[in-house]
Amino acid sequence: MAIASNTDTPTNRGWYKRNEIAITPWLFLAPAILFFAVYVIIPIFQSINISFYDWDGLGEARWVGLDNYVELMDDGAFEVSLWNNLKWLLFYLLAIPAGLFIALFLNQTVAGIRIYKSLFFFPFVLSQVVVGLVFSWFYLPNEGLLSGILGWVGLGPVNVLGDPTLATYGIIAAGLWPQTAYCMILYLTGLNAVDPEQVEAARLDGAKGWKMLWYVIIPQLKPATFIAFVVTIIGALRSFDLISIMTNGGPFGQTRVLSFYMFEKALSEYGFRMGYGAAIAVVLFLIMLFFIAYFLWSMWKEDTDR
Amino acid sequence: MRSMLKATVASLTLAAVSAGGAFAGSHALSGDLKIFLDTSNPAPRATMEAMIADFAEMHPDLNIETTVIDREAYKTQIRNFLTADSPDVATWYAANRMRPYVEAGLFEDVSDLWAEEDIANNLASTKGAMTIDGKQWGVPYTYYQWGIYYRKDIFAELGLSEPTTWEEEKANCAAIVASGRACYTIGSKFLWTAGGWFDYLNLRTNGFDYHMDMAAGNVAWTDDGVRQTFANWKELIDMGGFVANHQNYSWQEALPFMVNGEAASYLMGNFAVAPLREAGLTDDQLDFYQFPAINPDVALAEDAPTDTFHIPANAANKEAAREFLRFVVSANVQTEINNGANLGQLPVNAGSAVDDDKFLNEGFEMLSSNSPGGVAQFFDRDFPAEMAAEAMQGFQEFMVFPDNLDDILNRLEKVRARVYK
Repeated sequence: MAIASNTDTPTNRGWYKRNEIAITPWLFLAPAILFFAVYVIIPIFQSINISFYDWDGLGEARWVGLDNYVELMDDGAFEVSLWNNLKWLLFYLLAIPAGLFIALFLNQTVAGIRIYKSLFFFPFVLSQVVVGLVFSWFYLPNEGLLSGILGWVGLGPVNVLGDPTLATYGIIAAGLWPQTAYCMILYLTGLNAVDPEQVEAARLDGAKGWKMLWYVIIPQLKPATFIAFVVTIIGALRSFDLISIMTNGGPFGQTRVLSFYMFEKALSEYGFRMGYGAAIAVVLFLIMLFFIAYFLWSMWKEDTDR
Repeated sequence: MRSMLKATVASLTLAAVSAGGAFAGSHALSGDLKIFLDTSNPAPRATMEAMIADFAEMHPDLNIETTVIDREAYKTQIRNFLTADSPDVATWYAANRMRPYVEAGLFEDVSDLWAEEDIANNLASTKGAMTIDGKQWGVPYTYYQWGIYYRKDIFAELGLSEPTTWEEEKANCAAIVASGRACYTIGSKFLWTAGGWFDYLNLRTNGFDYHMDMAAGNVAWTDDGVRQTFANWKELIDMGGFVANHQNYSWQEALPFMVNGEAASYLMGNFAVAPLREAGLTDDQLDFYQFPAINPDVALAEDAPTDTFHIPANAANKEAAREFLRFVVSANVQTEINNGANLGQLPVNAGSAVDDDKFLNEGFEMLSSNSPGGVAQFFDRDFPAEMAAEAMQGFQEFMVFPDNLDDILNRLEKVRARVYK
C-alpha cells in the first residue's frame, strides 16, 4: 500500500512541474522574443510586402509586383548609392588597423596614460551630428582649416564636400575618427588579455618588432578583431547621420548611401513612395543578411571548434 | 419652497441671458480646438500665439490648445497626425503641396467658407491656389513676393541702375564680375533655391502658361523652350555670375556673401530681408527689383508662395475650426499679423492694409499691378513632389557642371514619364 502511494506521486505532479526544465528557458526568453518579433522580424516581412506595392503612405496601395525592383535596376541614383555603400564598407575598415596601432601605442605605462587614452577615446563619445558639423567646418572651401593647411604647403583650396568625386571620401574620413576610437578601446581591452608568458617565450626565441606583432600578438587579439570587424561593418551600413548633416546626400545626390536614399524616397519632405523605399530597404537588408550570416557562421564555427 | 422657486427663476434667467449673449457674438463656440502650427521661428511663432490669444478672448468657452512643431519636422509629421490624431486646424502650403492630402481625403472641403460674401470678395486673388478639382481646401494667411534683393551701394559705386531687360541684367552682371564680385549669392545645398532661379528664368523665357503646363506634365524636359531657359541660365553661370561652391551652403549661409559685399544681389523671397537687416544692412544699402524681362513677348509673372490653414477631415470641432479660419482671413487680423513687427509679409485680404515697409510696398505693387502673366506658387509647390525633388537636384548639378545639361534633361524626362502617368 505504502509502495503504491510512493509510485503515484510523480504522476500527481502538475504539468508545469513535469516540464519545468524545458519550459523555463522559454519563459525567460519570451519577452525578448516577443519584442524582437514585433519590432524586427514582423517589420522585415511587412517591408518586403510593401515593396511590391505602389503606395504613397496615405491612399490606396496598388499591387505592382516586381515593378519597383525593375525600376531600381535602371535607377542611376540607386547605382550611385550602392557604390557609395561599397566605398563605405571598404574604407571604413581602415578603422581597425588604425585603432590597433593607436592601442599598441597607448598600451604602455607612463605618467598620465589614462588621460591620453581618454583623449583618444573622446571622439567616440561625441554625437555623430557634432562630428559631422565639426568636419563640415573643417572642410569649408575657403574658411576651413583644411584649406588653410593645404595653403601652407602651396596647394590650392579644395572643396571636399562640394566635389562629387571627393565628398563621399570626406564623409568616410569624418566617420573614421570616432570609429577608430571605438576599435582602439576594443584592442586596448584585448591587449590586457594577451598572455605575457607567450610573449616571453617568443622573445626568448628571438621574435621582435613586426614578427612579434604579426605572429604572437595579433593571433591572440582575434576575438577583439572579430568584434571590431562586426561593429565597423554595421557602422558602415548605418552611415546615415553623417551624410544627412554634412551634405544632405548632395552635391546632386552623389553622397547618398542606400539607407539615405531609402529615407529620401519614402520619408523625406518630397518622398511619397513607400513601395520604392521599401524595395531599397530590402536590397539593403539582403546586403546586411550576407554579413550577418557570415558573422553567425563564424561564431558557430568558433563554438564547435572548441 | 419659495426660495427654491426663486432660485429656479434666477437660474433660468441667467441661462437665457448667457444664451442671448452668446448668440449676439456670432456663435456659441465651446469644446476643444486643437491647432497645429509650423511657424517655429521666433517672430512668426509669437505672431501666431498672439493672434490665437485674441481669438480665445472672443470665445471664452473654447478651450484652445496650440502645438508648434519645427518647420522642417512638420513636413514629415503632418502625414502622421492627419491620419492618426488630427488637430482641428493645421498650417500647410497652397497648390500642389496640398494635393496628396486632398486626394487622400485628409483635408476638409471648405468651399462653403469661400462662398461666404466676405471671403469671396476679399480673397479672390488666392482662390486659384487653394482650388483642386473645383473645390477649396483651406484658406491662406500670408504670402510674400520673390525678386532680386540687391546692394544699392555697390550698384551706385559701379554706376549701375535697376535692370528691366535681360541685356541690362547681363551688362550689370558683367560690370559686377569685373569689379571682383559675384553678381548673385545662392546656397543650393538644400536645392530649392535653385528652383527659384529656374522658376524665374522659365517664366521670363517661356511665360506663365508654359511653366504651368510643364508643372502639369504636358511639356517635355527636352523641349526647345526648356533648353532656351537653360541656355539663358548658362550665360549667367559662364560669366561667373554665381558665388563659387554654392552647393555647400544653405540659403542662410549664403547671406554673408551679400552682407560682406562679395556678392551684389540675391534672388530670394521677402523673408531674406529680416536677416539681411539684422546682419547690419540698412535700407540705404539694400533694395529690391523685379526680375527683368527676358523674352519681350511673354507677360511678366511672379512667384508668390502662399502659406495656408486647413481643417483636417478627421477634426473633432469643425465648427470652431471654421470660425477660426474666418477670423484668420478677416481684414483686421490680416493687417495685424502681416505687419512689419510680425510676419513682415503681404496680407491676403484685399481689405487689409499693407504695412509701411519699402519692400512690402514694392512687392505688393509688383504683384497687384505688374504681374499680368499670373502668379505662381513656387517650384516645389507647383510641381509634384517627386518631379520637384529630381528636378531641383538636376538644377544644382547644372549650376556646378553646366555641360551635363543633356544628361540631366534626359534623366528628368524619364522621371516625367513616370510621375505623370
